[in-house]
Amino acid sequence: MPAAEIARVSTQIDQIYRKDSRRIFATLIRLLGDFERAEEGLHEAFRAAMEKWPAEGLPQNPVAWLVSAGRFKSIDKQRRDQRFEHLEDRPDVAESLADQAPALDEKEELEDDRLRLIFTCCHPALASDAQVALTLREVCGLATEEIAAAFLTPAPTIAQRIVRAKSKIRDANIPYQVPARDELPERLDSVLRVVYLVFNEGYSASSGDSATRADLSGEAIRIGRLIVELIPEPEARGLLALMLLHESRRETRATPDGELILLDEQDRSRWNRALIAEGVALVRTAFETQLPGPYAIQAAIAAVHAEAPSAADTDWSEIVGLYDLLLRITPSPVVALNRTVALAMRVGPEAGLAALDDLLGEGVLDGYQLAYAARADFCRRLGRHVEAREAYQRAIKLTVQTPARRFLEKRLAALPE
Amino acid sequence: MKYLCLVYLSPEEWNSAPDEACMACGDELRASGHFITGTPLHPAHTATTVRVRNGRVSVTDGPFAETKEQLAGFYLIDARDLNEAIQLASKIPPAQFGSIEVRPTRELMVSPQHAAAAAAR
Repeated sequence: MPAAEIARVSTQIDQIYRKDSRRIFATLIRLLGDFERAEEGLHEAFRAAMEKWPAEGLPQNPVAWLVSAGRFKSIDKQRRDQRFEHLEDRPDVAESLADQAPALDEKEELEDDRLRLIFTCCHPALASDAQVALTLREVCGLATEEIAAAFLTPAPTIAQRIVRAKSKIRDANIPYQVPARDELPERLDSVLRVVYLVFNEGYSASSGDSATRADLSGEAIRIGRLIVELIPEPEARGLLALMLLHESRRETRATPDGELILLDEQDRSRWNRALIAEGVALVRTAFETQLPGPYAIQAAIAAVHAEAPSAADTDWSEIVGLYDLLLRITPSPVVALNRTVALAMRVGPEAGLAALDDLLGEGVLDGYQLAYAARADFCRRLGRHVEAREAYQRAIKLTVQTPARRFLEKRLAALPE
Repeated sequence: MKYLCLVYLSPEEWNSAPDEACMACGDELRASGHFITGTPLHPAHTATTVRVRNGRVSVTDGPFAETKEQLAGFYLIDARDLNEAIQLASKIPPAQFGSIEVRPTRELMVSPQHAAAAAAR
């Protein structure tokens, strides 16, 4: 075979690896019943493809070919290992393993396997940080070092979390399945929480370099799409919408040298219109249900912002109303704080400040830097410069992220003496 | 697979789940074929912890850990997988007042020769 043809086939194998290897892996876990064996099987399958395909050409269904190859290589290896370990002790095991393996069905089965993998990695019996690491490693196929870089955590710590989680899956017999209808809402919550955590880690400026972080958000959106496709529950759609609407603004949130740009000063002409359209359409369908959930409501708030031509022309009463709804479902000091900011936009900074001071009086926002940043902003707009200065200083002391701190310092410096 | 469901209760909640309810729960698990064994326990102050260090047996008073919740009983159940075990454990009455620790049981790791020798004795 000519060299050009070989190069073409190996490019195709590369593409299949990038696009489908995690699907194949998910199916191999089901067929082989074990993460490690599936990982080995996956590598063996692609090695076999590199050997055979350049000479024989691509099979008709490469994914099915790779799944069978991975499965047979693994079963074959187990047979050989067992022969060495117990000689003729248990000839039945490998045979029965081969029989149990169901025939590879159509695309649907493969997609279900990815969902099985997601639900297993996000099982509430696993530690929360282990769920995140395991999802990124097994569902997204990120290397341990990449996860470590994104979370500013030493790689051995991440590796340890993953190893522990996998051994718990094995020892406690956490099943490889999509939960039954009656367990689904609760289990889906845990999956959506992990997906949103991954997204936020990629979206907020808390840690890691910006390229890795954008990847994390991209992975979260990809899983979000898959979940919506297979479990079109309103909250799954709400979360996907929320992520898409945030993502639409990614490029406008900072200057090229990393200075923070707030929502009201962002260049709205650079917001990604395609993502906004998709997000807004999803919010509509998520609101067709009787009781929209917290993700759907947050997405609706993001959608009002996304569709407004400017900060001044935003439907602030709609936003305050949505925050009221959100507060009723998930009462939280942070949501209440955001509501005061919207209130300040609708009624005026005085109303915002009064509501915020009530919250601060309750003590629930102690030590939360955004509360003091908001107070500083309300006071600045009211011309109460002494109070504004005090609040900025307090917020700056509490802010760890450099861009956010620089932003507050600039505002503080701009206050009249 | 067998799971041990450990029932934890704080002293204030010790009698919150009536014995009749716990008995009924055991009967239900028995009827559905999940029950292996189970028993309530006396409060932790009756507990004794046994340790062996360097070949010497040490016996101390009380439970092994200083927590507010104390081991109050257990059910040994046979469930398909952890999901079913969690679902069954959530029906154990004290789950409402304390916590149930669900632990997969394991086999003792002994070689076939050792097991055969033990059986012969």
